[in-house]
Amino acid sequence: MKNSTLPKLYEDMRRVRTFEERVGELFVRGQSAGSMLHLSIGEESAAVGVCAAMQDGDTFTTHHRGHGIFLARGADPNRMMAEIAGKDCGYCHGKGGSMHIADMGLGHLGANAIVGGGIPAVVGAGLSARHQKSGAVSVAFFGDGATGQGILYESMNMAALWKLPVMFVCINNQYGMGTRIDQATANPNLHERAEAFGLAARTVDGLDVEDVAEAATELMDGARAGTPAFLAVDCYRFYGHARKDKSPYRAEAEEDEGRKKDPVLRAREKLIEAGLMTEADLDALDATVAKEMDGSIDFAVAGEEPQMASMFRDVYDPSQPEPEPVRVRLDRVLAQG
Amino acid sequence: MAMQETTYRDALKLALSEAMTADDSVIVMGEEVGRYGGAYGVTKNLISEFGPERVIDTPISEAAIVGAAVGAAMTGLRPVAELMYVDFIGMTMDQLANQAAKIRYMFGGQIGVPMVLRTQGGTGRSAGAQHSQSLEGYVMHTPGLRLAMPATVEDAYHLLRQALQQPDPVVFIEHKGLYTMKGVLDPDVEPAEWGRAKVLREGKDLVIVTYSRQVHHALAAAEEMASKHGIEAAVVDLRTLNPLDFDTIRPLVEQAGRAMVVSEGVMTGGVAAELAARITEECFDFLEDPVVRVAGEDIPISVSPLLEQNSVPTPDLIVETARKMFA
Ligand SMILES: Cc1ncc(C[n+]2csc(CCOP(=O)(O)OP(=O)(O)O)c2C)c(N)n1
Ligand SMILES: [Mg+2]
Repeated sequence: MKNSTLPKLYEDMRRVRTFEERVGELFVRGQSAGSMLHLSIGEESAAVGVCAAMQDGDTFTTHHRGHGIFLARGADPNRMMAEIAGKDCGYCHGKGGSMHIADMGLGHLGANAIVGGGIPAVVGAGLSARHQKSGAVSVAFFGDGATGQGILYESMNMAALWKLPVMFVCINNQYGMGTRIDQATANPNLHERAEAFGLAARTVDGLDVEDVAEAATELMDGARAGTPAFLAVDCYRFYGHARKDKSPYRAEAEEDEGRKKDPVLRAREKLIEAGLMTEADLDALDATVAKEMDGSIDFAVAGEEPQMASMFRDVYDPSQPEPEPVRVRLDRVLAQG
Repeated sequence: MAMQETTYRDALKLALSEAMTADDSVIVMGEEVGRYGGAYGVTKNLISEFGPERVIDTPISEAAIVGAAVGAAMTGLRPVAELMYVDFIGMTMDQLANQAAKIRYMFGGQIGVPMVLRTQGGTGRSAGAQHSQSLEGYVMHTPGLRLAMPATVEDAYHLLRQALQQPDPVVFIEHKGLYTMKGVLDPDVEPAEWGRAKVLREGKDLVIVTYSRQVHHALAAAEEMASKHGIEAAVVDLRTLNPLDFDTIRPLVEQAGRAMVVSEGVMTGGVAAELAARITEECFDFLEDPVVRVAGEDIPISVSPLLEQNSVPTPDLIVETARKMFA
């Protein structure tokens, strides 16, 4: 009991949940860049449970609903929130936004707004890890919707064929936008597909973060040793697809039932039951987290807009000339006359 | 169709619904087109009108959506496939460019692929680098594909109805910034022919050739040029980029002697480049200035609204450029 990792798992999940709640606020206040904000509320155990099995040096890619995963891998919430607000002090200088946060220093090879777009990169990262004998695993996080993309199967096949240190994590929140999983596939037992390619594969219930962490650790250790793996985490998308979506396609009763699968609440109950933390301890922790995340909003709101000139930066390597702005070219062309 | 004030979005829906009523072989398929009603609401309620066998929600499988539309079109249906964002066209490019576009030719004219691929593009919603592009250049660069890009409510309706009459595959690119634009559909006004450009504003000094949302920027800019700077610019809305109606452009440019091409797509190697080259070749002897391209910067689109807005032509840039032509 003393060595329980649950308090840390709880804290990490609470940080994700509170961060996402603040992202929602940023949108309501009109201070986010756009409305394409996909919150991972309800999916915290997938992010935190799997990331608990990762090590320094491991790499990963995420889908568009990736805030929680990156936070669980050690992201700075200030720079994340600033990126979501499109500010220069954000992780990608306001160029990427919510769907394109990345940080190579923490092994985050990039969040992706193309469903399935980030999956094959982990095959390449697996090749690198093998070639460099780094011992690193590369993990692709994606939603159930990405199981509709052929590139997932091409990638799993390569990973299995070449025995790469790679793991595929499908966060099955039961929906891709308004489409429920059973409306998008005739066989929702997703791990069976991975098995067919020769991967070690499991589905785990996301209600209990310890179950997720245990399954992820077993599979991740295997992947590190050369048996690529697939893990589906069953959970429920608590809110709409993006901030403006009120999910009119879901019955209220279904939502009420789905939201009972609350990994944060479950961990809280377990901590109290096991006598690891008291209600008061937990409230105090929650308050500290809330303060930290409030701070991230302040940081984002106070941040500067990107400089206009930065627009032309980073299309190519900094050693190369930047693209010529249209205005500059027009001035040159029309000055001839 | 009854006379009505409507939006670009609802005009598209009306076109789909009327085409489906008139022709039982028309089906709609794509991600979220049914129960959800389309990511931008174009297909809202079509599923209750026509049922799930004609309004088909698909998995997130763009390559197979387009490929299935190709097969359906070859075997008697008139599919309207929806690609939620034109940015995903790369995922479908084999089915579009190697299959749909080439089947009639490769197979010696035995069969056509009468399908429509509806999609939307452009900036304006702070949607980031992978959801804000203008990729019509990819399509225009592929022989065998027709390409329509409506700028107005009337064209949203008429071009879509006409696209559904075409014998060959049509890529139909809407602009995400236009869906809520209002306009009037009048059944007594004869629609412009498919493949014909429209002169939306007359002007003797300069011809602005454009399409899609930039039509509105060009019109606003032309008003300002006239009222503040004494420059009278004609504005041509191409409506379809393939077929390309050069016959409408030529006499205007020959008369004005100056032409500007405005496009939201990136400047280099794109639609604006093609149009400028074409005008230069065909009207060379009449030109007093180089044909200028006012186009998207050669960069990806940022999520930052400030950078996003300045990555594509604005009315200000159009005016500023015109003034330089006359300086
Ligand atoms: C290739 C591609 N197709 C469609 C979309 C539009 N889209 C964005 S998210 C989404 C649903 C994805 O569902 P899922 O993979 O389950 O992730 P979730 O949103 O549930 O986290 C869709 C269809 C996209 N971004 N990319
Ligand atoms: Mg999902």
